[in-house]
Amino acid sequence: MLPGVSRDNSIEVEGLVREFKKGPRAVDGIDLRVEPGEIYGFLGPNGAGKSTTVLMLTTLLPPTSGTARVSGYDVVKEGPKVRSVIGAALQEAALDPMLTGRDHLRLQSTLQGIMRAERKPRSNELLERVGLTEAADRKVGGYSGGMKRRLDLALALVHRPRLLFLDEPTTGLDIQSRTALWEEVARLAREDGVTVFLTTQYLEEADVLADRVGIIDHGRIVAEGTPTALKAEIGLPSVHATPAEDADRGRLASVLAPFGDALGDGSRDVVVRLREGLAGLPAVVRAVDDAGLTLATLEIQAPSLDDVFLAKTGRSLEGAAENEADAAEPVA
Amino acid sequence: MTSSILPQIGALARRSIIRTIRQPAAVVFPLIFPMMLLLVNSGGLDASTKLPGFPTDSFLAFALAVPFIQGALFSTMNAGTDLAKDIQTGFLNRLSLTSMRGVALIAGQLAGVVVLGLVQAAFYITVGLLVGVDFASGALGILVLFGFAAVISISFGALGAFLALRTGSAEAIQGLFPLLFVFLFLSSMNTPRELIGVDWFRFVATANPVSYLIECVRSLIITGWNGDALLLGFGFAVLIGIVSTAAATLSLKGRLLRT
Repeated sequence: MLPGVSRDNSIEVEGLVREFKKGPRAVDGIDLRVEPGEIYGFLGPNGAGKSTTVLMLTTLLPPTSGTARVSGYDVVKEGPKVRSVIGAALQEAALDPMLTGRDHLRLQSTLQGIMRAERKPRSNELLERVGLTEAADRKVGGYSGGMKRRLDLALALVHRPRLLFLDEPTTGLDIQSRTALWEEVARLAREDGVTVFLTTQYLEEADVLADRVGIIDHGRIVAEGTPTALKAEIGLPSVHATPAEDADRGRLASVLAPFGDALGDGSRDVVVRLREGLAGLPAVVRAVDDAGLTLATLEIQAPSLDDVFLAKTGRSLEGAAENEADAAEPVA
Repeated sequence: MTSSILPQIGALARRSIIRTIRQPAAVVFPLIFPMMLLLVNSGGLDASTKLPGFPTDSFLAFALAVPFIQGALFSTMNAGTDLAKDIQTGFLNRLSLTSMRGVALIAGQLAGVVVLGLVQAAFYITVGLLVGVDFASGALGILVLFGFAAVISISFGALGAFLALRTGSAEAIQGLFPLLFVFLFLSSMNTPRELIGVDWFRFVATANPVSYLIECVRSLIITGWNGDALLLGFGFAVLIGIVSTAAATLSLKGRLLRT
C-alpha cells in the first residue's frame, strides 16, 4: 500500500453472480480483492463478464448473489456511499455532443456536490491535466475518440475519488492516445494513491499498467496474480531463430526440435518453447553452431499474458476477442 | 460530498436548455410549424366565422389558441427524445453515478421544457399582436397565458419523460408523436364544440381533454375572463401533469437500477 493511501480504498468481492433473464450467467461466482493504491487489470475477451462486474461494483446493477464491498461499503446496501468515493469511466464515453467539455465538467461538478467557488478552478485543473484546455469550449460532438476518453476520465475525477473504475478506457484509441491515458492512470495511482480497477481486452495494457491481473473468461476468473507471476507460472520462454538462408529453415527446425515444442507460426522464424527454460539456451547456441548454421536473428521471448490465457482456457485471448466480438455483454 | 437538490435542478435545467438551443431545428420548428398551420387554417376556414353562434369574427384570433397546444406537443417530443437519447447513450448511467437525485433529473428536464414553452408562448403572442389580434382579457390575460403555457409544458414534458423512461427509445418517442397529434385534430381546434355538426366528432371532441386546453387559451384571447373555461383548462392541464409526473417518477425508479 502506498504511503498516505487510506486503508479502506480496497475492493473485496466474494461469490459475485449476475444472471440475466433468458441468458447465461454473465458473472459466475467471482472472488477478488484489490488492494488500496493498486492498479488491478481485469482482462478478458468481449462477453467475458468484465463490464457486468464493473456495473455491479459501481452500484449500477444489483448482483444476483454474492457480496462486494468497495472502500468498505456494501455495493447493495450502501450504494450512495459507494458512489461518493468512486469515479467511473464506463465502456462508452457517454457524453452529450451538444455540450462543450467545460459544460460537462460544470454539470458533473454540480451534481457531485462540489462547492460553487471550487467548480471553475477544479474544471480548469482537470482540463489542463487531460490536455483539453484549448478544446474546452468546443462542442464534444467534434471531439476525437481520444479526446472523448480523456474528458471521460476528467469527469470521473471531478470529486477526487479514492477508487477509479475504467471500463476498456482505450478501446478504439490510437497508440498515442492510449499511451497518454496509460501515463495519466499510472500517475493517479502512483502520486494520488487512487485504487484503479481497469478492464481491458488488450494484453499489452494489462501488462504495462496493472500491478495485478485477473483473467476472466465466461464469467469466471481463471487466473490471478502479477503479470510477472502469471507468466512465470506457465513459465517457459521461447526461442525465435531466423536462418540467414531460407533454405536452411528445415534443417534449423530439426536442430532445435530436441530442445522443446515447436510453435510454428508459418513465418520464416523457427520458434521453440524451451523445455529447460533459459538454462537450455547455451545448448541451443552450441547445437546451431555445431550444425554449421548461420542465423540472421536469435531472440528469446518470455511468455505473454496471451500464453497465460491460452494455458488457462485453451484459447488465445486475441482469437477469443475476435470470435466473441458479437457476444456483447448485456447491461440490464 | 452531497449535493442539495436546487443546484442539481438548476444544472440539469441549464443542460436541457443548452442542448435545445444548440439544435436550431428543436427551437425553430416548434415556432414556425404552428404558425404555418395557423396561416393555412385561417385562410381556408375564415368563412367559418359566418356560422351563427361563432364566437368571433376573426378566425385568426379563434385559431391562435392551437399553436400553444402544438408547442406543448413539441415539448413532449423534445423532452422525451432527449431523455431517451440519454438512456440509449449511457449518459443516464453517468448521471446515476453522481449524487443526483432522481427527482432532480425530471425536474431539471421539465424546467428546460418550461423555458422553451415560455419562449414559444412569447412568440405566438407577439405574432398574434402583430397581425392585429385583440386579447380580450388584456395584459393580465396575457400573463395568465404565460402561466398556462408553463403548466402545459410541464404536463406534456412529463408525459414525454414518462414515455422515454418507459420505452428507452428516441425512435419510439418520435413514432408516438403523430399519435399525440391525433388528439389535437380530434378536438375543437377548428370549430367550437357546440357548432360541430357530426355527432361522433362532437362526442370525441367533448371527451378529449385537449379541447379544454385549447378552449382555456381561446377564452383568454377572444372571450375575456371565463371561469369555467379557465377551471377546466387548468384542471385538465394539472391533472395530466400530476399523472404524467407520477408515472415518470415511477418509471425512473425502474430505469435507475442503481442500488
